[in-house]
Amino acid sequence: MSGQSQRGINFTEGEIFGRGAPDREGYTPPRSGLPAIDPESALPAGTLRGQLEGFPSLSEPEVTRHYTRMSQWNFAVDLNFYPLGSCTMKYNPRINEAVARIGGFTTLHPMAPQEQAQGTLQVIDDLEKWLCQISGMDAATLQPAAGAQGELVGLLMIRAALTARGNPRKKVLLPDSSHGTNPASAVYCGYEAVTLPSGPDGRVDMAQLDRLMDDETAALMVTNPNTLGIFESDIIQISKLVHDRGGFIYCDGANLNAFLGKARFGDMGVDVAHVNLHKTFSTPHGGGGPGSGPVVVKQELAPYLPFPVVAQGDDGAYSLEYDRPQSVGRAHGFFGNTGVLLRAAAYILSMGPQGLAQVAEAAVVNANYIRARLGDHYHIPYPGRCMHELVITDKLQSEYGVSTLDIAKALIDRGFHPPTIYFPTITRGAMMIEPTETESLETLDSFCEAMIEIADLAKADPESIKAAPVTTVRTRLDEATAARRPQLRCSLCG
Amino acid sequence: MRYIPLSASDREKALAVIGASSVEQLFEDIPAEARLPHPLDIPGPLPEMDLMDWFEEAADKNTHAGPRRTFIGAGAYVHHVPTAVDHLISRTEFFTCYTPYQPEVSQGTLAAIYEYQTYTAALLGMEVANASMYDGPSALAEAVIMACRVTGRSKVVMPNLVHPHWRQVVQTYTQHLDIELVHLELAADGVCIPEKLAAAMSQETAAVVVQSPNFFGYVEDMDSINQAREESGALLIGAVAEPMSLGLLKGPGASGADIAVAEGRSFGGSLSFGGPALGMFAVKTSLARKMPGRLVGKTKDTMGRDAYTLTLSTREQHIRREKATSNICSNQALMATAAAIHISLLGASGLREVAVANLTAANYLAGRLARIAGVKLAHDKPFFNEFTVTLPGDIGPVLAKLASAGYLAGVDLGRWYPDMKKTILISATEVHSKKNMDDLVDLIAREAV
Repeated sequence: MSGQSQRGINFTEGEIFGRGAPDREGYTPPRSGLPAIDPESALPAGTLRGQLEGFPSLSEPEVTRHYTRMSQWNFAVDLNFYPLGSCTMKYNPRINEAVARIGGFTTLHPMAPQEQAQGTLQVIDDLEKWLCQISGMDAATLQPAAGAQGELVGLLMIRAALTARGNPRKKVLLPDSSHGTNPASAVYCGYEAVTLPSGPDGRVDMAQLDRLMDDETAALMVTNPNTLGIFESDIIQISKLVHDRGGFIYCDGANLNAFLGKARFGDMGVDVAHVNLHKTFSTPHGGGGPGSGPVVVKQELAPYLPFPVVAQGDDGAYSLEYDRPQSVGRAHGFFGNTGVLLRAAAYILSMGPQGLAQVAEAAVVNANYIRARLGDHYHIPYPGRCMHELVITDKLQSEYGVSTLDIAKALIDRGFHPPTIYFPTITRGAMMIEPTETESLETLDSFCEAMIEIADLAKADPESIKAAPVTTVRTRLDEATAARRPQLRCSLCG
Repeated sequence: MRYIPLSASDREKALAVIGASSVEQLFEDIPAEARLPHPLDIPGPLPEMDLMDWFEEAADKNTHAGPRRTFIGAGAYVHHVPTAVDHLISRTEFFTCYTPYQPEVSQGTLAAIYEYQTYTAALLGMEVANASMYDGPSALAEAVIMACRVTGRSKVVMPNLVHPHWRQVVQTYTQHLDIELVHLELAADGVCIPEKLAAAMSQETAAVVVQSPNFFGYVEDMDSINQAREESGALLIGAVAEPMSLGLLKGPGASGADIAVAEGRSFGGSLSFGGPALGMFAVKTSLARKMPGRLVGKTKDTMGRDAYTLTLSTREQHIRREKATSNICSNQALMATAAAIHISLLGASGLREVAVANLTAANYLAGRLARIAGVKLAHDKPFFNEFTVTLPGDIGPVLAKLASAGYLAGVDLGRWYPDMKKTILISATEVHSKKNMDDLVDLIAREAV
């Protein structure tokens, strides 16, 4: 039932379909000064639709209340800490939102003449240059709408460069701790994805790399620091080995927050990388997107960038170059998620060079602080310090029948979003925790205390955890039925 | 720094707990050769007020005259989005939340996406829609790849009436996947001729792609096209670049399309130089388990209450890795939420009313332009809010003159169609009043003839 108070000011809310009365309206179109045309006089009868069934007929206040109530059913980074490893759920500065909503940016048509789009083109060009400087690379494209699209674009560029050298090769090597998007992108680029087993310390195993890196391998796709939060300290030797055998190094930039302003992909021998503006550069996740996954490359790969490329002429004017004969093609309908680019540019300008280095420092301090505080209570599979994130497991708790999933759900009852769970898959029962730089020590303390309390309960009263969460608007879901008999839309609507 | 709570004293306290003597010690794993010996060479830091000045100054260099004088569509249509949409997606719980992998704390986003999926499927005339793709073009690329996968065939017929940028993105995605895009020249016809489509198809054809309204703005006869593809057994992929048309036109699924994709920006989005966009993707139920992207499903919680969750995830990269149906992870969830809100505000009658307003404006503009001596409608076909116009002289200088007078009077089709050097693609929507269009027509009559 809608409108009933669930708990204090948190309201239940039903589905919107079929609600309202036929003569209610939630929108008034602009005045045109023209009599409305009869559609049947302008369009062939066979192309017209019948009545849309089941759509709501609601006034604006009703719609506003519906979505406001629904929003209250979400956890959000402004409410509390998201310790999501490799997702970098940092604070989203509000000034970025104000910047992206400046009218001169939002009303610009993507096919407006270039001379009327100089402001947006300038921001794109500046952001490309800043990302190149931050990553130590030579050229960039901002078209990819997310990290995975960046991976595809980056691999296409590698393939184009190898083809130009005479052989596109057949395989891409991926550490077994890599993100799932990496092998999926390799396949979309026509490559076979070959798994590179990690060494006992969680890093790339040089002997395995030596064994697998052959003259049919196009690239090694690494994540650095890797998804265990460990820096690939052999990265220079790794790059050298791969380069010596004619391959390229692709770096998944999901974990760039770990060394922002402290080290650079380009100085590690990386040839191509993507960065996630919605992770490292503070743009909001929005419940799963829009993100943005710019790709940065070394000079050799620059001819293959997606077209159009933004260029600045000697007169200072910006233009779009379409005549790029070696380009891998167009990646986006227009120029990428431009609104996201504006937010990231605002963030970089807000932070400046010292600010970005402080990001990495605070992120790494925070992760190691959690590591130190949880070390006596949870199994930490890899020794040594971590970078910006750490992996712990449920090994100690599983003795009492308490799993990573139970721990995750118990955290929810204590006001925290769960960490990334069961990933990387090479570590059984993994919980990947990334605090970011925007959490205070007090927040980290309260998180650690919740984790320790859960570890204690796992021994003393495991059943109390297995029912979690109990404080949320919904308890655990029947996901098996959801998948077996999928109901993916409301049947009222059609 | 105002976004970083860790103070000097916090840092000392934390280092003591960690057992490190300095922050630098924590970075020891980074080899010296890879360490940056100097600060980054980037500008900043800027306080808020100075930052806003910087961006206002940049925005002022965008000298376009605004929506009422922008008569360009070409895949990004000028619409008025109700103010409530941006306010609602600016609720912090919608825009600062993560992907809803933990359903108990994500019911708001999941319910909104479920609504979006429902609306998308209904509007496109399909049975199942996913939670969104990046944009219309990448959604089409994924549809093409999926069609080849499910049919085991490798050729895809692609008329050149599909948006040129969409065709380019499909080419980018499919270039190494043993997929052959069969180009079909139909620009002179202005619409797809079913017999010509049929002639281009064979038993090797995985799918035919038809955009309606097509790139020129003309409404395709999807029912006849659907019949024309039957003999070959190819799938029909319907593409919609202007979903506002669906307030009047039936969706591709109602004509038999197996997969339908759309650019959803018209619902809840802004032009913003083309992004964020919204890729809509929908299929018949029989293809649901083979589709790319996230899906929200409805189920029950342990107390028997209705609840939503991401489902059928075994199709996706985070489970299946190289065997996934796509590499997509992040999508355009907030834009999908915006679309759901916009559609909810419109309702069925509002969708129709806005669509009629578009049809009315475009027909008025076309009628007035056609009465200018020397100007003619390039294709005499039914259209929704966009159409082609041939001018007597060289288009480039005319468009430039109109632009400097503050009017973006369409795009030069010669850019993509060498035989159409005197033809522009022009759009009018609900934001263009009679007065706006009269002013444009007077200007064109003065400058173009």
